[in-house]
Amino acid sequence: MSTAAETPKPITKKDLTADHPTWCPGCGDFAVLASFFKVLEKLQIPHEKICTVAGIGCSSRFPYFVNGHGVHFIHGRALPFATGVSLSRPDLHVFAFGGDGDGYSIGGNHLDHAARKNVNLTYVVMDNFVYGLTKKQTSPTSPKGFKSKTDPTGAIDQPINPMKKLVYGGASFVARTHATQVKHMMEVFERAILHPGFSVVEVLSECVIFYPGAFDDGNPRKGGTFDLIEEKKWDNTPEDADRHDVSDENEAYRLASLQYPGKFGVFYETDRPTKNQLEQKWIDATREKTGGAGAAELLSSRFASMK
Amino acid sequence: MPVASGYKSGFQSPRFNPLRMSQSAASGTADVHSSPADAGITELQNAVIRFAGNSQDGIQTIGGLLAKLAGRSSREVMTYMTIPSTISGGPSIFQVHLGSGEVLSAGDESDFLFAFYQHSYDSHIGSLRPGGICIFDSDHVSELKGDIDAIHIGIPITSATVEALGGSSRERGKNLFVLGLVTHVFKLDKEKVVSLVSRQFGGKSEDILRNAMLAFDAGFAYPVGDLLKVDYELQQGKGSAVDKVTTDGNTAMVLGLLAGGVRYGAAYPITPWSTIMEQMRVELPKYGGLFVQAEDELAAVAMALGFAYSGHTAVTGSSGPGLSLKMEALSYATMAELPLVVINVQRGGPSTGLPTSVEQSDLMQAIYGSHGDCPRIVLAPKNVADCFYIAVEACETARKYSCPVFVLTDMALASRIEAFEQPDLSSCVCEPNLDLSARGEDFKPYPLDGATRHAAPGSVMTAGKYPVVTGLEHDEWGHPSANPGIHQKMTERRREKIKAFGATLPLPDVFGDEEGEILVVGWGSTWGPIREAVERLRAKGRTTGAIHLRHLNPMPNGMEAIFARYKHVIVVEMNDEGLYGHGQLATLLRSRFCDPKIRSICKTDGLNYRVRDIVSRVEETAARS
Repeated sequence: MSTAAETPKPITKKDLTADHPTWCPGCGDFAVLASFFKVLEKLQIPHEKICTVAGIGCSSRFPYFVNGHGVHFIHGRALPFATGVSLSRPDLHVFAFGGDGDGYSIGGNHLDHAARKNVNLTYVVMDNFVYGLTKKQTSPTSPKGFKSKTDPTGAIDQPINPMKKLVYGGASFVARTHATQVKHMMEVFERAILHPGFSVVEVLSECVIFYPGAFDDGNPRKGGTFDLIEEKKWDNTPEDADRHDVSDENEAYRLASLQYPGKFGVFYETDRPTKNQLEQKWIDATREKTGGAGAAELLSSRFASMK
Repeated sequence: MPVASGYKSGFQSPRFNPLRMSQSAASGTADVHSSPADAGITELQNAVIRFAGNSQDGIQTIGGLLAKLAGRSSREVMTYMTIPSTISGGPSIFQVHLGSGEVLSAGDESDFLFAFYQHSYDSHIGSLRPGGICIFDSDHVSELKGDIDAIHIGIPITSATVEALGGSSRERGKNLFVLGLVTHVFKLDKEKVVSLVSRQFGGKSEDILRNAMLAFDAGFAYPVGDLLKVDYELQQGKGSAVDKVTTDGNTAMVLGLLAGGVRYGAAYPITPWSTIMEQMRVELPKYGGLFVQAEDELAAVAMALGFAYSGHTAVTGSSGPGLSLKMEALSYATMAELPLVVINVQRGGPSTGLPTSVEQSDLMQAIYGSHGDCPRIVLAPKNVADCFYIAVEACETARKYSCPVFVLTDMALASRIEAFEQPDLSSCVCEPNLDLSARGEDFKPYPLDGATRHAAPGSVMTAGKYPVVTGLEHDEWGHPSANPGIHQKMTERRREKIKAFGATLPLPDVFGDEEGEILVVGWGSTWGPIREAVERLRAKGRTTGAIHLRHLNPMPNGMEAIFARYKHVIVVEMNDEGLYGHGQLATLLRSRFCDPKIRSICKTDGLNYRVRDIVSRVEETAARS
């Protein structure tokens, strides 16, 4: 996406702030919102060009907190709704926000297809490994053994691997970050927003009420390790050979297979035509054939052909 | 003239005699029904021709060409077809009803039957009226029913086609052979038929067109006259001399959507809805728009709402099972007050049911299928032309009232071909414009005392505060609120705007007797057969009127005044009588008007109503009071 810079007055974080978040004190999502504001501040996207779409869940309240056009849609369907906005409104910056239940469970199929179609939008998943809004049920990313109200003796189903799902699905930008690492979040958000196509950022964002300590292993301040992916610099140095080529799908799978907490950063990035571009190409070619005729003219000739 | 035995014999009005034969001067006095002994020309006012074969035989193609020809010859036409739900093969029919007067139904019985196979013959010889003519493929049909009052003419259609095409052929030209035969037998305008065939096949390879013409010519030249002895000629129509548009209901719906300003849509394939989405996918880019094939029904409606939210007139559609999946999002559309056209091409249910058969059993689903108090607008077209007009109206209404508008069409309308006058495009074509004007301090999307006014994304909000469109209950500014008073008021608001639309609706016109014994009430594709039934009842001396509801929810106000003028109100529907003995529309009418004289005629056999069935069941119902 391109940035729009010709605004008379710089847009500040204050301008971008809307309702006060309804999240519990200590929720990881506060940091996600703050990082998002900082990136918007940097990119200076005008309010009216911002469109945030979300489904249902704690993190899906996001649109209320951003002072731009927003949609609080139904559970699991934020991506197809956002697809409609993106495909019909190339002038907008379209964002979708949600959690692990919304994105990987009830909306899991839509994620695969938005990825496959490479719809031009940015999707941020605040993954807390638990259903928070409904007060502690097992989520599709809850680890085995996690005790919840629906699995009182511990979760028995294998959790999904979001990074594998995203790479397999065909997302053209796939990154992973941690809500305690604001600087890193900002970096990947910015890259995701600037990426043309379907860009997804998975953020480990702790639910301090129903799954406290879930991501301490990835937080140095809690004794964990925030292990970053080193990307290739293409500088022909011997060290570069060991660095990650973001366009290598197999390497992305390998990184995604690492033992939890795994690595953080950009797993996969590729440049492939977006659905937006491909559809527009078809529209343009068709309009050229019809000479840009108006509706009345097109319909008249269509009716004439049916006589 | 001698009249065949059967229900038609007691019928007075020549206009509705499906096979009125008047001998031309030269033809003498032959009884064409029992013995076509003398050559001559028999003039037909109406003819019902049924082609029975398998789905891959291309009988739909010849049926469609004949329908088009009728539209070009100022004749009325209506077709009816069945398609098996199997992928390839399976019995299929195409019935064409051609007439020089008004044609309202596809015909209860056929006057001419073309049977391609033994099973076609066995299944459809019963559809031939007494004394009718059955032309069968003698290569495939060997056992004839001796006790049937019909004229049998065997023609080796398959081998004659193979011979005409030469070489290692292929039975594939059989349909064109039959078209040639039909052109000859009915003295159709050969030039017009040939030009239609050329247009149909001309876009394909030269071989295909050449083979089509070879088969057609062979059929045309087949010495059928030696067998038939009589040539038939359809009377010239009395309608306008202007060529009519000939198409099916799904295509008319597509054109109506385009005219109504739809530029975006999304859907998932399902029979019999798919042909709408296929056409929209191809047509919309011409208009600068886009139709998306979504991964499922849920995504389809969500994308369509994304288009609507973005400021466009959008459409989604499906058939019953798919609509079930869309219902949650459609409830959101009511709550968020987003405009959306939602089409349901009904088929037989529940579940996978009868995927290629007609039924009107999704009325309650359309009205009540979502959770919560979700009042919404439901329209239903009455015939193919009306599919166009109702689509235009649905677009206008969705925009004006900012809400989902359902259109309930059905399998019969979807595939039936009719000829109709081209709509006046100057009065109904909408060129959409995206309103991104700045919204001022007073921006209130959901005012309690006024119309919904969304600000599409891209609109500058001069007060600096941007809106979130939500499925949560909200106040006038769109802000979420669980305040009990607000939920009460907003529920009323959503209800009252739908009622306001209802108040604009004119009372339906009464067809037939304005008062008297029987009022027949119908909706959807039964319009034609009901009108024909009313004429027959009146011809029998029973005062009968009919109203047809195009607006099913809300209904027009004041219908009780119409009901009061009749002794019986009988609702004709293609759905089940349910647990309490009344079809879906009848249940609604009884609920609305608390009038016990409203009663039902229902059926769920997957077939269109035959006129005579409506007549007899209306009489039975009236007698039961």
